[in-house]
Amino acid sequence: MAIILFKNRTVRPLTGNFAVSEAMRQINPDVVAAYPITPQTEIMQIFSSFVSNGYVDSELITAESEHSALSACVGAAVSGARAMTATAGPGLALMWEILGIASGMRAPMVLQLVNRALSAPINIHCDHSDAMGARDQGWIQVFAEDAQEAYDHLIQSVKVAEKVYLPVMSCMDGFIVSHAIDRVSLLADEEVREFVGEYKYPYSMLSKTVTHGAIAMTDSYFEFKHQQRLAMDEVKKAVEEVSKEYKELLESQGNLKDWEIEKRVLKFVEPYKIEDAEIVLVAMGSAAGTIKYVIDKLREEGKKVGLLKIKIFRPFPYEEVSKYLENAKILGILDRAETFGGKGGPLLSEIITALYLKGIHKPIRNFIYGLGGRDFNINHVKEVINTLERTLKGENTPFLSYINLRKDYLDTLQK
Amino acid sequence: MWELGAVIPYPGNSEEYKTGNWRTFKPVLHTDKCINCMICFMVCPDSCIIVENGKMIGFDYDHCKGCGLCAYECPKDAIEMIKERG
Ligand code: SF4
Ligand code: SF4
Repeated sequence: MAIILFKNRTVRPLTGNFAVSEAMRQINPDVVAAYPITPQTEIMQIFSSFVSNGYVDSELITAESEHSALSACVGAAVSGARAMTATAGPGLALMWEILGIASGMRAPMVLQLVNRALSAPINIHCDHSDAMGARDQGWIQVFAEDAQEAYDHLIQSVKVAEKVYLPVMSCMDGFIVSHAIDRVSLLADEEVREFVGEYKYPYSMLSKTVTHGAIAMTDSYFEFKHQQRLAMDEVKKAVEEVSKEYKELLESQGNLKDWEIEKRVLKFVEPYKIEDAEIVLVAMGSAAGTIKYVIDKLREEGKKVGLLKIKIFRPFPYEEVSKYLENAKILGILDRAETFGGKGGPLLSEIITALYLKGIHKPIRNFIYGLGGRDFNINHVKEVINTLERTLKGENTPFLSYINLRKDYLDTLQK
Repeated sequence: MWELGAVIPYPGNSEEYKTGNWRTFKPVLHTDKCINCMICFMVCPDSCIIVENGKMIGFDYDHCKGCGLCAYECPKDAIEMIKERG
């Protein structure tokens, strides 16, 4: 049996990677298979020390590639073992084939994604191209703003995955969250173990004679894909159930403030100062923290600005999104990924769909920012808001803008 | 049939998958020419040659895909491929 490290709840200064490793240690999964890739490597480095020190009972498989690592997790999950892995950017790209196999075989597992740009040019820093490239592979996708959320999302994701038999990709921004030290409030080890409970898979290869991964031709493939859509439709209910349980757990010792509990439970969206907001930004991941800071400052000046943070991108919360965005005068959608040849980024398309479904038509501007880890600081948030203000005043502004592109590069386009 | 994730929850079920309807040409045996050499038995990729008491007696049409290998390899031209559909 794994050694208990934290008998009580504790608050620690941890990087996102360390916080996630602690969550994995407390979950104590049966199988962890991974391959090192920046900026995820540290998670597995820390976790492997937990394995060596007997802090977990996990079987750690150091695979020869991400393709193999995820394959091992699929095999483990359908054998009845709780499986986890972690990767980043190009590692996720190499997993691509197995992503669809994991969701198609309805293998529940949790993958910690540390968002990293895709090559080429090679780059190790944050953007969301990796997750967005995998958005249609049948995984639930959760985005964290900071290390605390990454920790809490991972624990809750285990239960969501196992309720609906779908894999979960729990995402945090590379370096910005993964390598920055944050104040992280941890649960006691026993609390997490009790919360996640025992993994039970109805078709465990170890207990029944079953065939996993069979062929399905023109006569039946389509139906199995339809089943996956139905499973995605069940996620909303599963998230509600799991977050309710997690909320009760957080409340149980009476030591956490309400806002902290609200922030830590898994949700589809997090509205920030949105009720009376005329200008509303929509964003995912760490940018939300920077945006909130700017909103607070602008609110002091009397500007009605708000944010809708998307926490769960798949399945996309169309209903909630349209509800929160209904009253805004203008929307600024922030995409940390490109869809070359598309009208804008992937988040933009979802927001437009959400509004269309409710018959809402209002001014929207799309901003692509932060590719390859390009800085997105408070000045850039102000620039976005300024563009939206000018648009509201009737000025002609481009539908799609790129934030913080280099001036010497832009100069070359003028010629 | 519609188990979670296309799981097949019991063993020995490939026989239930009737591949016979993939056929365009159907093999027909002319017993008068057959010498029971069993070459067709060896070459059939789908184990569709039915043998009883050491004699080739016909085909498993539920699973024969009509590839024609048996007819091609038969040294006595005892198997004829007849157009069934298409
Ligand atoms: S190969 Fe021809 S001759 Fe030989 S057993 Fe088959 S049908 Fe008969
Ligand atoms: S046609 Fe092909 S599948 Fe059918 S019995 Fe002959 S060899 Fe077997």
